Amino acid sequence: MAVKKFAVACYDDEAVLFPAVDKVRNSGYKLHDVYTPFPVHGLDVALGQKETDLHIAGFCYGITGTATALGFMSWIFTKDWSINYGGKPFFALPAFIPITFELTVMFAAVGMVLTYCYLNQIMPGVKKHIFHPRQTDDLFVIVMEITDPASEGEIVDFLKTTGAIETDVQVAEEGWWYGWWHKEEKYQNQKQLA
Amino acid sequence: MITDRFEVPSRLRTTGIVLLLIGVLALVGGFATLLPGAEHDQARFWTVLLQNSVFFLFVSAASIFIQAAAGLAQGGWIVAYRRVPEAIGANVWVFGLIALIVLFSIVFGLGEHNPIYHWVHPHGDKVLEGKSSFLNKGMFAGFSIVTVGLWSWFGIKFRSMSLAQDRAPRNSTKIYWKMVAMSGAFLFVYALSMMSTTPWYWIMSIDAHWYSTLFSWYVFASSFVSGMALILLWTVYLKNRGNLEFVTKEHMHDLGKFMFAFSIFWTYLWFAQFMLIWYANIPEETTYFKIRMQGPYAFFFWANLILNFVLPILILMARPSKRNYFTIVFMAMTIIFGHWIDFYVMTMPGPLQQHWHLDWYELGIVCGFIGIMILTVSKTLAKADLVPVNNPFLKETLIHIS
Repeated sequence: MAVKKFAVACYDDEAVLFPAVDKVRNSGYKLHDVYTPFPVHGLDVALGQKETDLHIAGFCYGITGTATALGFMSWIFTKDWSINYGGKPFFALPAFIPITFELTVMFAAVGMVLTYCYLNQIMPGVKKHIFHPRQTDDLFVIVMEITDPASEGEIVDFLKTTGAIETDVQVAEEGWWYGWWHKEEKYQNQKQLA
Repeated sequence: MITDRFEVPSRLRTTGIVLLLIGVLALVGGFATLLPGAEHDQARFWTVLLQNSVFFLFVSAASIFIQAAAGLAQGGWIVAYRRVPEAIGANVWVFGLIALIVLFSIVFGLGEHNPIYHWVHPHGDKVLEGKSSFLNKGMFAGFSIVTVGLWSWFGIKFRSMSLAQDRAPRNSTKIYWKMVAMSGAFLFVYALSMMSTTPWYWIMSIDAHWYSTLFSWYVFASSFVSGMALILLWTVYLKNRGNLEFVTKEHMHDLGKFMFAFSIFWTYLWFAQFMLIWYANIPEETTYFKIRMQGPYAFFFWANLILNFVLPILILMARPSKRNYFTIVFMAMTIIFGHWIDFYVMTMPGPLQQHWHLDWYELGIVCGFIGIMILTVSKTLAKADLVPVNNPFLKETLIHIS
């Protein structure tokens, strides 16, 4: 929960955004994030982000589900409460398979959804600073962190050369917080600035 | 203008001819030693031919199905290598003809006491007499001829339409729309043949007293997944020869996904069939699994599950393994072999009981069929350009990312 100073640049075209991202990555200034109104193919590659490990987590959740279902049912039907169902063996593996399958799918699905929410910091009630109201509408927004106050003007000038239609400097909460809309954030920012 | 011609290398042709000769030798050897022998030797002679001809016919017919399915869904991903399924589909008539000869020899040529299809002469067997309005020689012959005829015709038609589209004026889509309509027609035919009648007649009627309502789907899943593996093997072979330069890992990834997904689908159907029979435990149904699970076929029964479910799910699950040429080629071969074993487990126990063999005759006949596959498909591939230059989806397939 740190309040920091950010330089914000807005672009109205993907064709300008991609070279701008390249220049920003090569400039040496600290890139905070890029916001786009829709998923832009290839932007993750341009940003140099490594491929997600979400599917490995999913595999682990799935295996956990399989083990839970098989282990729990085996324990119930052989040790805890053995009942003779139609002359079938107590350890009736074929009858366990559908439930094992369902539990595998459920563990993997629920686990991956929660992991996804955690990784992206999205949850009911979680709020984040919005750098530009049109970032969910029709603008691509590159946000740079101003680590050194002296370089503020330098960074803004640099962003203008990359084809930004609009630039801005904002003081904002870096991470996320729980709460109602903007109230808490404004209060905090004012306190920090003062 | 992109051109890409495939010339049949002499090594491939020699391999094909040698494999075909091995098959012919095995057939002659079987004819000389098995046919005059004991009853189960005769049954072995015919059942092996039945298993292989039906397996290869189904696998190559899956190529027509994927063309029709992708054609109707307007899928661009397959266009980069669509000459391969076209070439396999255009040769369905060869395997269809062989299958018809084998099936008709069994039904019409084995006299009163048929070792494979007991329903040919139901003689006082109440169950078979009850089924005789469907399971009789006339219906069998009619359904077989219509099915093989339609598959062969559609297979040749799809290829000729695709070639005609290449010769058509640029940006003309008349033939393309005709192909979409024909795809719909073929799917209708395929649903009524592959997904219902033909597996009933050709395979399920070997165990004529037994029945399973989802047997045809299960056979379809088996042949479809090996059909995709076959397309993949041919595509990778062409790529290794230096053809199909624009077919990339993205396209192979698609085929890998199909092999993975339909291996799971096959397991789903296999298990659905097994579990209901296991659970209900009715003697007339469990006989089918008794001989396979606890009898002489137990090894093949479990090998079938390991090859077609455990290996694909473990190896093909990860994305990098679907994008690696070694693993997908290895898995394609495993899947084709695994489903050949699957067909073995479907066909052999009925006629042969405990007298099963996996010996010179079985392997020789497989070699023969592989030889025919290599010779016919490579010849068809060499006849036309490998790039469908005038296909409306050519650009989409070139920039395809899976």
